[in-house]
Amino acid sequence: MGAGTDVVLRLDAITKRFGGLVANDAISLSLRKGEVIALLGENGAGKTTLMNILFGQYTADSGSVAVMGQTLPPGNSRAALEAGVGMVHQHFTLADNMSVQENITLGVDPLLAPGLNRAAARKRILDLAERFHLAVHPDARVGSLSVGERQRVEILKALYRDMKVLILDEPTAVLTPQETDDLFATLRQAVASGLSIIFISHKLHEVMAIAHRVVVLRHGRLVGEVATEDTDKSALSAMMMGGAEARAPEVSRTEPGRALMELRGVSTPNIGNAPGLKDVTLSLRAGQILGLAGVSGNGQAALAEVVGGQRKPGSGTLVLNDAPPTAWTPRDAVRRGIARIPEDRHKTGTISDFDLTENAILERYKGTPFSSHGWLNWRAARRFADEIIQKYDVRCPGADTRIRLLSGGNMQKLILGRVLEAAPQIILANQPVRGLDIGAVNYVHSQLLAARDRGAAVLLISEDLDEITRLSDVIHVISEGRLSPGFARGQKSPAELGIWMAGQGFADAS
Amino acid sequence: MRLEPIENPGIARRLGPPALALGATVVIASLLAMVAGANPFSVLGLILKGAFGSQFAILETLNRATPLIFTGLAVAVAFRAKFWNIGAEAQLYGGALVTVVFGTGMLALPAYSMLPLLALLAVIAGALLLLVPAILKVRFGVDEVVTTLLFNFIFLLFISMLLEGPLKDPMGMGWPKSARVLPEARLPRIVEGLRLHWGFALALIAALCVWVIQTRTTLGYEMRAVGLNREAAAFAGIPVNRVLLQTALLSGGLAALAGFSEVSGLKGSLTLDLSPGYGYTGIIVAMLALLNPLGVVISALFVAGIFVGADSMSRAAGVPTYLADIMLATALLLMVLAILLTRFRVVRG
Repeated sequence: MGAGTDVVLRLDAITKRFGGLVANDAISLSLRKGEVIALLGENGAGKTTLMNILFGQYTADSGSVAVMGQTLPPGNSRAALEAGVGMVHQHFTLADNMSVQENITLGVDPLLAPGLNRAAARKRILDLAERFHLAVHPDARVGSLSVGERQRVEILKALYRDMKVLILDEPTAVLTPQETDDLFATLRQAVASGLSIIFISHKLHEVMAIAHRVVVLRHGRLVGEVATEDTDKSALSAMMMGGAEARAPEVSRTEPGRALMELRGVSTPNIGNAPGLKDVTLSLRAGQILGLAGVSGNGQAALAEVVGGQRKPGSGTLVLNDAPPTAWTPRDAVRRGIARIPEDRHKTGTISDFDLTENAILERYKGTPFSSHGWLNWRAARRFADEIIQKYDVRCPGADTRIRLLSGGNMQKLILGRVLEAAPQIILANQPVRGLDIGAVNYVHSQLLAARDRGAAVLLISEDLDEITRLSDVIHVISEGRLSPGFARGQKSPAELGIWMAGQGFADAS
Repeated sequence: MRLEPIENPGIARRLGPPALALGATVVIASLLAMVAGANPFSVLGLILKGAFGSQFAILETLNRATPLIFTGLAVAVAFRAKFWNIGAEAQLYGGALVTVVFGTGMLALPAYSMLPLLALLAVIAGALLLLVPAILKVRFGVDEVVTTLLFNFIFLLFISMLLEGPLKDPMGMGWPKSARVLPEARLPRIVEGLRLHWGFALALIAALCVWVIQTRTTLGYEMRAVGLNREAAAFAGIPVNRVLLQTALLSGGLAALAGFSEVSGLKGSLTLDLSPGYGYTGIIVAMLALLNPLGVVISALFVAGIFVGADSMSRAAGVPTYLADIMLATALLLMVLAILLTRFRVVRG
């Protein structure tokens, strides 16, 4: 890229090492006015580090950042903001108890003497909202907004502050397909009026749809930079993976067997802001993957807790092998042959400071073979851990490594091994591939498919509609704790599922 | 400035900061002694001599370390499960109370059954004392830091009331002091003629037992899991509340053994100055040991050594005794900081 005068942001040979690991290796990048660059790369490729350097969270070992030709002082977290670079994080940085307008003006307009500016600020917000089709009410309390609306507030915040550059970190992860289309329309308009955007993602079709140029990172290096019109999805995928073609596992058709677990009219109380289940009926059948689609925070957590033994149905019945279980705790669930892959492998799936052996026996340390009369059998535990490491290809220095030193993919493989080695009847896979690289994603999916093929019932909960539609034999959509009817594979298009995800099909149905 | 954890610290990183802390303590102690009018260069020698310089000094240090090992273990066990027992002081007095209640004549047994029985009763008393805050915590979410801390004051006042009333020694010339326990209720000395009682051996055994529990049993595994990540432990099916209650029983029982051992092994009766804050010092002992039960023995010896040595130094050098307290506090603060620096490095930005 030439050093044209219209370059708004320029990263020059940024290098950052953490101990022996080179997180960013001489990465140079320039963003022009009105341009959308997609930053593409697997987890651990260095995207986050690069953005943290841009925003002064880390100091680069060498290299510099310049905005509008001005070099930013390293390690100053306000410099980038003041120079006009804004970022919308995956986890929003909004104050729930304040109104939309207060959130947008917070830190920009003075807090004292507000009477003067309030009307003007309000007008400006309404103007921006209309111009960029960002429908939100300035007086709405942020805590009461949906995820999609909150994202709009974040974008409005950036526009209100006259940002020159907007960085979006995986912005579509929390959106329905329709909302994603709306977002893209907004972004195109913003770009047309001179905004420049860095779009961080690993969804190739979105990258192809929105970006002018794609920059691919791998192992901390910039390995490719192409105009979107000169490339295609498979070429980008190959660049991300480093030539090794990622082959998604084949999905065959199977005939579903009998119901291994049923929920009949189950309701649960709300969990904080997240809705509980509302009269949910579903059955998990042998040899079938049931996909649960839905925007995050619509009752998935409650359903996972009921199936996984953490929560008893408030009303309605849970039926396991044709009878309601007499006791229902996580330990009961494990004993009754339910494999649970939790949503958050760092916080709930593993204990970071335990080593692999200790983590491997976490659900089954009680009783044979891992303990008797309260005494642990570390030799048996170690053997079990070694077996998982070997069989599930967990890359680690050894079973006595603390698990937090492992990558997300390897951590997930250990969890998979831990639950699948018991040949479970029912598998609860809650966001099983979130944050994993493509290789690990395919591995996890192939394991789930193999379990299904040997007759297990799989409940797959995911916010990624692609994942749901590709793997599931039957799909339910969850919205506000209500469950849609089951749709057979291919019965509904992603757009049609999106309507249900937005909570609209339910009104039609009732 | 912020702290960054160090994975696999090397030997220099592990030993460097504590060594520096020790050096700095000596320098500060010497300066303090100089301010107080003593020869600054004799301070280190006098401390070492006071703590380890003679048979008497060593035995005194070991005796002083005994209650600290018990309370240090009590805190280490509880903190490992992230159960913040600040009430080892009250549990210590609970153990002591039971020892004098049953040891002054209520039971008449030979020593070989009297002593184990008293120890057991003390453990039960301490365990029950901590069970109440533990139940309040798991049932109603009451913060155990507040309950255990405040209960120390209540319980000490309760002991004071007893010592002024029903437990007051009729032969005690009016002092708030209990009667002496029977000879059968006295822990004998390990070697006849040397002032070191079996309480010290019991403390070492307790440390070994705690270590075995933590590393070899399902209970220890559960306690560590609950301490490191309560959410993951609960998800995996570990009964978190039950584990917390079990932890409280163990921790309270260990702290109570300090009281039993002090009364039965050293003092022979209960007074309000039985413990100069062993329950609180136990927190420091446990932190210095990084909550490792075997490390507790070493850190208790270190703390007891400074206690005894600084005390002896202040007498020998003719400086006020509160200088010894200042030195002790300085040493502990610096050592806690040093231990932190063995696992974290300070980075700018």
